Amino acid sequence: MLEKLLANYEETAAIILFSIGFTTLLLNRNLIKKIIGMDMMDSAIFLFLASQGFIEGKEPPILAEGITGAGAYVNPIPAGLVLTGIVVSVSVSAVMMALAMRLYHRYRTLDVDELIAIAGKEEV
Amino acid sequence: MHFVQNFPFFSILLALVCAVITLVLSRENARRLTLGLIAGELVLTLGTLIHCLRENSSYAYWMGHFPAPWGNEIRAGVFELVPLTVFLCVILLSFLGGWNQSEEMLERGKSNLICVIWDLCMLSLIALVYTNDLFTAYVFIEINTLAATGIVTMKQDGFSLVGGVRYMIMNLLGSSLFLLGIVILYAVTGHLLMVPLHEKISQLVAEGTYRVPLLMVMSIMSVGVAMKSALFPFEKWLPGAYTSTTSSGAAMLSSIVSKGYIFLLIKLYVRVFGLEAVESLGVCDVLFIFGAAGMVMGSISAIRVRTTRMMLAYSSVAQIGYIYFALGMGSEIGVVCAVWHAMTHSLTKSMLFISTEELEKSCGNDRSKAALRGGFYRSPVAAVAFMLGAANLVGVPLLGTFVTKILMAGTAIQVGGRHAMIALALIAVSTILNLVYLMNAAISLFIPGEDRELRPANAVTTGSLICWIMLNLGLGLMSSGIIGMLWNGLRVFA
Repeated sequence: MLEKLLANYEETAAIILFSIGFTTLLLNRNLIKKIIGMDMMDSAIFLFLASQGFIEGKEPPILAEGITGAGAYVNPIPAGLVLTGIVVSVSVSAVMMALAMRLYHRYRTLDVDELIAIAGKEEV
Repeated sequence: MHFVQNFPFFSILLALVCAVITLVLSRENARRLTLGLIAGELVLTLGTLIHCLRENSSYAYWMGHFPAPWGNEIRAGVFELVPLTVFLCVILLSFLGGWNQSEEMLERGKSNLICVIWDLCMLSLIALVYTNDLFTAYVFIEINTLAATGIVTMKQDGFSLVGGVRYMIMNLLGSSLFLLGIVILYAVTGHLLMVPLHEKISQLVAEGTYRVPLLMVMSIMSVGVAMKSALFPFEKWLPGAYTSTTSSGAAMLSSIVSKGYIFLLIKLYVRVFGLEAVESLGVCDVLFIFGAAGMVMGSISAIRVRTTRMMLAYSSVAQIGYIYFALGMGSEIGVVCAVWHAMTHSLTKSMLFISTEELEKSCGNDRSKAALRGGFYRSPVAAVAFMLGAANLVGVPLLGTFVTKILMAGTAIQVGGRHAMIALALIAVSTILNLVYLMNAAISLFIPGEDRELRPANAVTTGSLICWIMLNLGLGLMSSGIIGMLWNGLRVFA
């Protein structure tokens, strides 16, 4: 079991990172920590995806003289997907941060439970 | 290639370009452009639908003239186009219905941004319906989440900001799980396109290999989409989100945003995993249980709340339960039933939210259920629309939900065994619960109160409500033809 985990160390690291992010998101009441947890989860998935494209002993996918076959390169598709994913993840984090800032300016707290209680009273 | 086959690509591109242009337009021009865009999208979708019906087939379209993954692939067929047409009608009517409502509640100078959100929401829905690629689906899921957050936080007050945060946390968790599922699926199969994925998964299921990873992927992705579409018990974000925004925003969230995710899940089950694999791995039973719980718990919560909007929000939880319940039957007719109910609920719930806003306005913005009393005398068109919507959700014959219930009961009897008895009992219990809160509210509209003075109504909103009433009646009356189209469409969809 341990051997398998060590052999696939990128995937193992991704799972550990995902679990930390998931726990941070669920258990922390602070909004900023929740956002950090979410970013960790996304980063863990990107690490997992990027590791799928790596092939031991292959070249980066840049055309060079003397190499003509696709078999000489690592798989470039996961890297492309990770780039797209990062753009999406950054946009989402930016919107979350903007919401957190707005809420902090209004209520001077980032505790989600407190925010829900205060806003609920306001609505009533 | 026929020129009409480019229309799905034009739909996506047009919405994208208009969303960018709308950013720099004035309020009036932004509204005109968005209205024109929705009408244009409807025409393009109808054109493609007529083409597919004539040819009696579906087709895949390469974007960028390269096969995926270098280019991108979308797919259009009757099964995608029929619900999309209904969803676009709902977007058009919601936009018209909320023509003046949003304006009163927004910060000065930000009206055009609402149009941008509307464009992005529509763009992501169209892309989710057409896409044939899982990673593209993920990207548009996130665009949809961002646009929907804009809708939830439209009013920019404390309640809507908190509603937006809760919405985002739950939805981003759902998105992350969906992405994790995609990545594991890619690791197992090496594909992201739906057709090669299905071939590979069928081969793995037949060989009996990778059973645990496939079950894990299916579970992770289903939970992710269930969180985003507010299936019980993941519905905690829904009441806050639906009640903190404007009525047209709530109409958009309940009718369009959640339905886009559900349609994607149906695509996953039918086109990627295959219904047989979903059934054999036991996922259908889980959907059946959660759908049933949603049907009952949503209705119980709707009975307990005090405001009409909150009642409608929890009613959505019950109706989403119906959709998952139908999917949980694990048969083709169950899938058709789920899509049919998504369409009919989309059309009805949006009408209910807009008519509720009109009724609340007619009694000084009182949001309590009691304020509905005598609503017919103050705002007759809104009251008739509310009555029809309530009757539809209860399952009055000739209306959409009645057809859903008949289909569900028929499928349950066909499946037989324990499922049949449980399904029939649940449909009966759920109908009684719906009757308690919806018909109670609808009947109170016709009981004369102290205030019986007719209030002047906005002409555009009234016109859109009349269109909604006609469309709801039309959908119910033409149910056999539309279900026939969906059934034939499903044959070439899988």
